Amino acid sequence: MLEKKLDPKAFRSAKESQTPKDLSDLSSEERERLRLLGLDERIPHEGEYVQVDAKPVLCKRQVEGLEIMPITQAMKTFDRIGDYMWKAVSPTKDEFTKATAEDLDDGYFIRVLPGYKLVYPVQTCLYIRSDNVAQKVHNIVIVEEGAQLNLVTSCSVHPHIGSALHIGISEFYVKRKGKLTFTMVHMWGEKTAVRPRTGIIVEEGGTYISTYVSLFPVKSIQSAPVCRLLGPEAKASFVSIIANHKDSHIDLGGEVHLEADDTRTEIISRNVVYGGTNIARGKIIAKAPKVKGHLECQGLMLSDDGLMMAIPELDSHYSDVELTHEAAVGKIAREEVEYLMARGLTEDEATSLIVKGFLSVKIEGLSPELQRQIDKTLELAKLGF
Amino acid sequence: MNGNLLEIRDLWVEVEGREVLKGISLSIPQGETHIIFGRNGSGKTSLLMTIMGFPTYRIKHGQIIFKGEDITHLPTHERAKRGIGIMFQRPPTIKGVKVKEILKLVSKENGAKIEELSRAFQFEQFLGRELNKGFSGGELKKSELLQLLVQDPDLILLDEPESGVDLENIHLIGQMIKKLLQKDVHRKRTKSGLIITHTGFILQYVTADLGYVIMNGEIYCKGNPLEIFEGIQKFGYEGCQQCLKRCEF
Repeated sequence: MLEKKLDPKAFRSAKESQTPKDLSDLSSEERERLRLLGLDERIPHEGEYVQVDAKPVLCKRQVEGLEIMPITQAMKTFDRIGDYMWKAVSPTKDEFTKATAEDLDDGYFIRVLPGYKLVYPVQTCLYIRSDNVAQKVHNIVIVEEGAQLNLVTSCSVHPHIGSALHIGISEFYVKRKGKLTFTMVHMWGEKTAVRPRTGIIVEEGGTYISTYVSLFPVKSIQSAPVCRLLGPEAKASFVSIIANHKDSHIDLGGEVHLEADDTRTEIISRNVVYGGTNIARGKIIAKAPKVKGHLECQGLMLSDDGLMMAIPELDSHYSDVELTHEAAVGKIAREEVEYLMARGLTEDEATSLIVKGFLSVKIEGLSPELQRQIDKTLELAKLGF
Repeated sequence: MNGNLLEIRDLWVEVEGREVLKGISLSIPQGETHIIFGRNGSGKTSLLMTIMGFPTYRIKHGQIIFKGEDITHLPTHERAKRGIGIMFQRPPTIKGVKVKEILKLVSKENGAKIEELSRAFQFEQFLGRELNKGFSGGELKKSELLQLLVQDPDLILLDEPESGVDLENIHLIGQMIKKLLQKDVHRKRTKSGLIITHTGFILQYVTADLGYVIMNGEIYCKGNPLEIFEGIQKFGYEGCQQCLKRCEF
């Protein structure tokens, strides 16, 4: 059940939407939805950016060393924007990048100045509120030399809108010995199509950690971030935790180019398939000696109505490399369900606990707060039959 | 309830079309521990699995009565809720689920003191580990017994409790089983146990009131557990076969 071709032009422009002045204009139901995803005043943040349809409604900075602003503003005020814009993602890559290059609906620009290590996360939220809208954003994140940033995005749609399209071009630059932890906890809608296009460039000794969590129904997501590790000892890890619901089509990849000595990467995906189509791709390309890469994909099929495809790919241009992959697709072991039932859990409770355990990946380098946020989302999603 | 916590009446059970139990009958009064000796493949584990209600074990005939209620067709979790607990010989690993998490779920109705019990049986450092993942033989048994202590069942089914346990741990495991079966209570004990064993060595650590020998899905002998054990040690299960003194109940 592959999705029909999606045309960005079939949607209304996000600029035509009536947008709220600020977050207080959102309904309590909407605010609650965003709060569940982490946009919560009780959680400490170093900075916040919220965009509704095409309009930024909140942009706040709490600490020194952080620059955060709408991308349209950065295009006017940041001299070197040309060194970064469309440098990690090509504007002609596909119809979605082209559509965004032609008609931009803003996005965020975040830069952490050299040596600043931000303690709390910076929270962003790209929210679609209007019906049948295409939101086309472009985000640029620069973590300068020796700096650190924990970036969390909680993207969502209005709980009651019909179809919508989100296109997110993201270009991330991690400079020498910098570290960027990028965590996406998303709650899209059953009629939302999502097309992120992401490019990441990591310099010597830099670290990029990406975690993608999507546990709620979505119409379709298709994304394949490309990460280039350009300097020696640069590292990147991608973890995706996916619940693929009935009628959802989720095609997630990750491509890491190991382009310098001693670079390392790990791509891990855990997928629970209730139905629909789930494709987990991963590709590691060794373009330098003494590099290491590992791909791991595990799928749990809870229904015979879905399709799960694991497509791992390892390419090497050198002999002195260590590239490995493991992939497994299967059903829940009956033995495990019965074991838990013997402890007094009902069949549904046992299944839900096993699924939650399966998706509970320990993410190296993730702060305990973020890990808690992911665990909370796992609880909320009530995964079972 | 007539004083028997568990009564099994003429139980015939099939697994994938193969008969594994052929007319088993036995009764366990409240407060007593019974032990079943048998070779591998004799039907011992099948009996425990049938009592616990696992669907692979299809009851063709007979009844299981627990606390006076016919539970022959109750699902597993309902049996657990009514007070039956089992120690698995080879428990599965539950990925991503921590020991503490399962203990909390198991104790949600009785408020058992997880920390206190884990400390008493030297299992505190395992609370944050994934359930049964990479556990040694002894650790698996401790994990099982700790779950049972927290669950606090009235009938405890123990599947080869001593198998794969090193000497260092066997004493502690014996202590845990004694606590479960209230062996320190000498009057009005309420907990009952059914132990199955291939080697019989568990009797060095836990006493039993009555012993049986099971062969080929049938109970062949019933009597004093230590005498039966001595006989098996001396003559092996071949001796039982020659004896062929099939018990009539």
